[in-house]
Amino acid sequence: MTATDPHQVFHRTIEAVWRIERARVIAGLTRLTRDLDLAEDLAQEALVAALEQWPRTGVPENPGAWLTATAKRRAIDLFRRNAVAERKHEELARELEALEQTSPDLNSTLDDPIGDDLLRLVFISCHPILSTESRAALSLRLLGGLTTAEIARAFLTPEPTIAQRIVRAKRTLAEKHIPFEVPRGPELAARISSVLEVIYLIFNEGYSATAGDDLIRPTLCEDALRLGRILAELTPQESEVHGLVALMEIQASRTRARIGPSGEPILLLDQNRAHWDLLLIRRGLAAIDRATNILNTNSTTNKSPTDISSAPKNTPTRGPYLLQAEIAACHARAHTPEATDWARIVSLYTELAHLTPSPVIELNRAVAVSMANGPQAALDLVEALATDPSLDRYHLLPSVRADLLYKLGRHHEARTQFELAASLTQNTRERVLLLTRAASCQTPPR
Amino acid sequence: MRFMVIVKSTPESEKEGALPDPELLAEMGKFNEELIKAGVVLAMDGLHPSSKGARVKFSGTHRTVVDGPFTEAKELIAGFWLWQVKSLEEAIEWVKRCPHPHDSNSEVEIRQVFEMEDFAPILSEEQIQHKVAKRAELPNQTANK
Repeated sequence: MTATDPHQVFHRTIEAVWRIERARVIAGLTRLTRDLDLAEDLAQEALVAALEQWPRTGVPENPGAWLTATAKRRAIDLFRRNAVAERKHEELARELEALEQTSPDLNSTLDDPIGDDLLRLVFISCHPILSTESRAALSLRLLGGLTTAEIARAFLTPEPTIAQRIVRAKRTLAEKHIPFEVPRGPELAARISSVLEVIYLIFNEGYSATAGDDLIRPTLCEDALRLGRILAELTPQESEVHGLVALMEIQASRTRARIGPSGEPILLLDQNRAHWDLLLIRRGLAAIDRATNILNTNSTTNKSPTDISSAPKNTPTRGPYLLQAEIAACHARAHTPEATDWARIVSLYTELAHLTPSPVIELNRAVAVSMANGPQAALDLVEALATDPSLDRYHLLPSVRADLLYKLGRHHEARTQFELAASLTQNTRERVLLLTRAASCQTPPR
Repeated sequence: MRFMVIVKSTPESEKEGALPDPELLAEMGKFNEELIKAGVVLAMDGLHPSSKGARVKFSGTHRTVVDGPFTEAKELIAGFWLWQVKSLEEAIEWVKRCPHPHDSNSEVEIRQVFEMEDFAPILSEEQIQHKVAKRAELPNQTANK
C-alpha cells in the first residue's frame, strides 16, 4: 500500500468519518433548512472546511457535531444574505439562532431529539413520487454514503446519468413540496414497502446482475444489507423490514457458492453448502424470528375477548418479504439438497402467490412442486403459464420447462426450450450455461 | 469488507470472576447500540478469562494440551466484534469511538477477514469501463422484472 503519506492518510480518515456521519448530518440539516438539496450542499461545504482545518487541528472529539455545526453556521449566513429577498429565509435564520441560544451546548441542539431525522431521510429518499431507479440512486448517495461515481460503477451506468438522476429527484421532491417527515397511520405501510422495494432492488442489482458478464457485484449487496440493517433498527416494529433483512442475509450467505471457478453460475441445488456463510444464515434466521415475534405479538394484542366470533382463527399474515425469507430459510436449514422440505416450500409459495399474484411466483411454485410431487405435475403448471403473454420474454420459463422436459426424458423438446431460454437471457454466463444444457440434450438417455 | 476487531486482555480482565465495572458496561452498551444502528455489527462476544480455556500445542504429530490461565495478558483476547464496513479507515474511526475497554492501558486490534474478492481478482478499471460502455448499449433493464 502507498498509504504512508500523512496527508493521504488524513484524507482517508476524513473520508471515513464522513461516511459514518454524512447521513445524520444531512438529515439534521434537512430538518433545519427544510431543503434537501441545500442541506446536501451545506454538508458538502462543511466537509470541505473539515478537509482544510482538520489536518491542522486534528479530528475533533465529536466530528459529526462539528460538521453539522459548521454547516449550520453557513446556513445562517446564507439565509441572512437572502433575507431581504425572501421572508421565509429570515424566519429560518432567526429560528436557527434562537435554537442555538436556548441551548448553549452546541452538540445537543444538533442532536436529533427523537431520533427520527435519519428515518425521515430514508422516507424522503424513497418517496414513491420518484422512479425506483432515482430512489435507489438517492438512497445510496444520501443514506449509503456512496459517491456518484461509486453508484454509477455499481449500476454500470455512466456517471452523468446518475448525477442527473439525483439532481432531478431532488428537484421533484422540492417542486412537489414533499414534507420531511415520518409518515403515520395507514400511509406508513405503503411508504415502508416503497423503501423496501428500493433496498431490494439495490440488493438484486448486486446479487443477480441484470446484464453484463459478472453475476454478482458483492459491494452493492453489502450496501443494501447495511441499509436494511439500519432500517431494521429505525423501525423495529415492522415485520416486513425484518423479513427483507432476513431474505437478503440468507441470499447473501450463498454468495461464495453461487459462482464456479471460471465465473459460471451454480444453481442452488448444485452448490457446495459448505461454502454457505453460516454467520449470515444465522443472522437471517434470527431476523425471521424477530419478524414472526412481531406478528404474534400484534395478533395477540389485537384480539380482544369479544373478537373471537369475528376472527375464526387469528393467524397473523406474513408479508411477501417474510414469506420469501421463509422459503430461503427452508434451503438454508437443509444440510443436503435431499433434506429440503419441498412440501413446506410449495405451501409458502402458495401463500405468496395468494398475497401477490404473479406468473413469476407461479413459476417458482411449479419448480417446488416438481421437487415435491415430480416433474409431470410441475410441467402441467408450467405449460399453463406458457400461455401468459407477460412471460413471453422471460427466459426462466423456457429454462424451467426445458429442465422438466429433460427429466421426463423428452430431450428433443427440452433442447428447443433450452435454446429459447438462451436466446432470451441477457447475462452472458447464463447463456453459456443454457447452451451447454441444450447441447447435452443431444445424447439420448440410456 | 469485514474486520475482526479484537479487544486484548489486561491483568484485571484475566482475574477469575472479574466482572466489568457497571459504568463501563453501560458505556459499552451505548457504543454497541450505535454500531448496530449503523448496520456495522455482524457478530460480537466477550470471552471468559484464559483460566477457563486451554491450548493445544502442535509439534510434528504430537498434540499437547496446556490448561489456562496463560500469563502474557496483552497477547490474549478478551472479546471481539465482527464488523462490515467500507474500509480499514472506517473500522479505525469506529474503534476510536469505543469507550476504553479496561481500567488499565489496553489495546484493540483490527484485522481484515478474507473475502471472496481476495481469492478471485476484482475487475480492473478498464474492465469496468468496458462494462459501462456495453451496458449503455443495452435496452432499459428495469422494465423487465
